Amino acid sequence: MDVFISLIISIFEEGFIYGIMAIGVYITYKVLDFPDLTVDGSFPLGMCFTGLLISVGVDPWISCILSFLVGAVAGGITGILHVKFKVTNLLSGILVMTALWSINLVITNGSAVLSFFNKPTIFNSGIGSLFTGVMSDYKVMIMAGVLVILVKIIIDLYLKTKSGLLLRASGSNPQFVTSLGRDSGKMKVLGLAIGNGLTALSGSILGQQSGSANINSGTGMVVMALASVIIGTTLFKKITIMKATTAVILGSILYKACLSIAMLIGLPTNYLKLLMAGIFAVVLISNNMLTGRRKKVHDNSKK
Amino acid sequence: MTTPKNSLAETYNGPMVSLQNIHKTFNPHSVNELTIFENFNLDILKDQFISVIGSNGSGKTTILNLLCGSLPVDSGKILVKGQNITKMKEFQRAKFIGRVFQDPSKGTCPELTILENMAMAEAKDKHFGLTFGVNRKRLDFYKSQLELLKLGLEDKLNIQVGSLSGGQRQALALLIATMTPIDLLVLDEHTAALDPKSADNVMRLTDQFVKEKHLTALMVTHNLKFAIEYGNRLIMMHKGGMVIDAAYEKKDALDVDDLLNQFNQISIEVGN
Ligand SMILES: Nc1ncnc2c1ncn2[C@@H]1O[C@H](COP(=O)(O)OP(=O)(O)OP(=O)(O)O)[C@@H](O)[C@H]1O
Ligand SMILES: [Mg+2]
Repeated sequence: MDVFISLIISIFEEGFIYGIMAIGVYITYKVLDFPDLTVDGSFPLGMCFTGLLISVGVDPWISCILSFLVGAVAGGITGILHVKFKVTNLLSGILVMTALWSINLVITNGSAVLSFFNKPTIFNSGIGSLFTGVMSDYKVMIMAGVLVILVKIIIDLYLKTKSGLLLRASGSNPQFVTSLGRDSGKMKVLGLAIGNGLTALSGSILGQQSGSANINSGTGMVVMALASVIIGTTLFKKITIMKATTAVILGSILYKACLSIAMLIGLPTNYLKLLMAGIFAVVLISNNMLTGRRKKVHDNSKK
Repeated sequence: MTTPKNSLAETYNGPMVSLQNIHKTFNPHSVNELTIFENFNLDILKDQFISVIGSNGSGKTTILNLLCGSLPVDSGKILVKGQNITKMKEFQRAKFIGRVFQDPSKGTCPELTILENMAMAEAKDKHFGLTFGVNRKRLDFYKSQLELLKLGLEDKLNIQVGSLSGGQRQALALLIATMTPIDLLVLDEHTAALDPKSADNVMRLTDQFVKEKHLTALMVTHNLKFAIEYGNRLIMMHKGGMVIDAAYEKKDALDVDDLLNQFNQISIEVGN
């Protein structure tokens, strides 16, 4: 029973933490229609940068904010490569992701893992230290849950502002943004900055949870985030009152649950990434089949 | 470079828009090289509503693209209210040039509601900052604007624009393009994708807005009836040049048969 509860808790912990990244990828992929591969680099960037800051004694909350900012810069560079220098969207992401690999190594001073076990993190200092006794088991889950909901509310509010409307329009009809006398390229850069800022923040929080930063932690993040976004937005499309950001967080939890159950059944760790890709493939294919069928029904009803 | 100010209009008496010595060649130095404009000139006076007709490939859309900044000119000057805008980017020119495209999906944002689209149109002259996108206090104004379209859209404020019909979207696009003050309205076959009834409605609205808001307009159309019936100047294009340019009484004297004759004559000259 105890094992079961701790499994559930860890699913929610990771679902919430990665959910912040999924909201970021929701902005780039769904709102801007930009398949952004920078994520594989900006996730460990946030984690390693936080590792560095915390090891030199920077406040963990300030480290979160600074990690968001470096992630935003990385995303902004991807955007500028695409918008100003006309590099394709996939290649812009690949370029920055590759460059970030070296940057992350520089940050960790060449080592693959940067540990900061006995330093203060958001989970073991300040508010985090208020969780004592039985509550300490639920600490990460509650704090990560509050954080992801906070991020969700801020993003929901932003998408309703004038700037947010412009961002949404840049994804669905850039010509319309141009007609309004605004530069749709600038909005793309802004959206990529927000998306990768959130990704880096997610990496920062995961690093603080484990007390170490791993430069390999970015591998597969694009797939994981996209899968969460697509699972969430597809499964909960019918519930129209649910905000897409909520659906994306639920998608992230479901995705984590699938992985954990597979591990529980006894899938060897080596197969983890294969499974991640497998689940993503199933989601994509069933998503296509669903929309394909709907389209057919629609076409028939037209005739 | 500064945006031409609306206040300039009072003191400035020259043409609203002036295209001077425009040269444009597509795909230079290749087998597909096509010189579409060689020393093209056009002055558009204030309050002129020009219909542009002409065969496929005669350069009508290209003029609009050069004017709006979607394509750069090779050489020549474009002036709006006397100010040189040749180097301005498309989005900068959009502040004083409103445009409606042939494709009804281009002039509005499908993912957003009618209300959000209207709010964005109104913000065109202001800031797109972190204030709430839709100002509820402006609801009555948006409704009164939508009522002008006579399509009942004022009762569908919270519907996504993507779910509207092409005719409804085009009427909305026209409203959005003319909601804030502009110096020039550019229309590229904006009724071509609509059924005859919707096309008539959008054309009637265009005429109404041009008159009520005293707009200067340049409309490309393949509908000779519209070209004759609406506007106060008519231009027929052929191979990058103007073969007819008739304004005011001269335009009033033209009828559809004259235009068809002229069309046939061009075709005979070309040899088909
Ligand atoms: N971006 C471009 N690149 C290359 N060639 C172009 C481009 N735009 C237009 N052309 C060519 O220039 C010529 C004029 O095209 P344009 O679109 O202006 O014609 P049009 O008068 O609008 O015709 P239609 O009535 O078919 O809309 C055509 O031969 C076209 O192929
Ligand atoms: Mg054309």
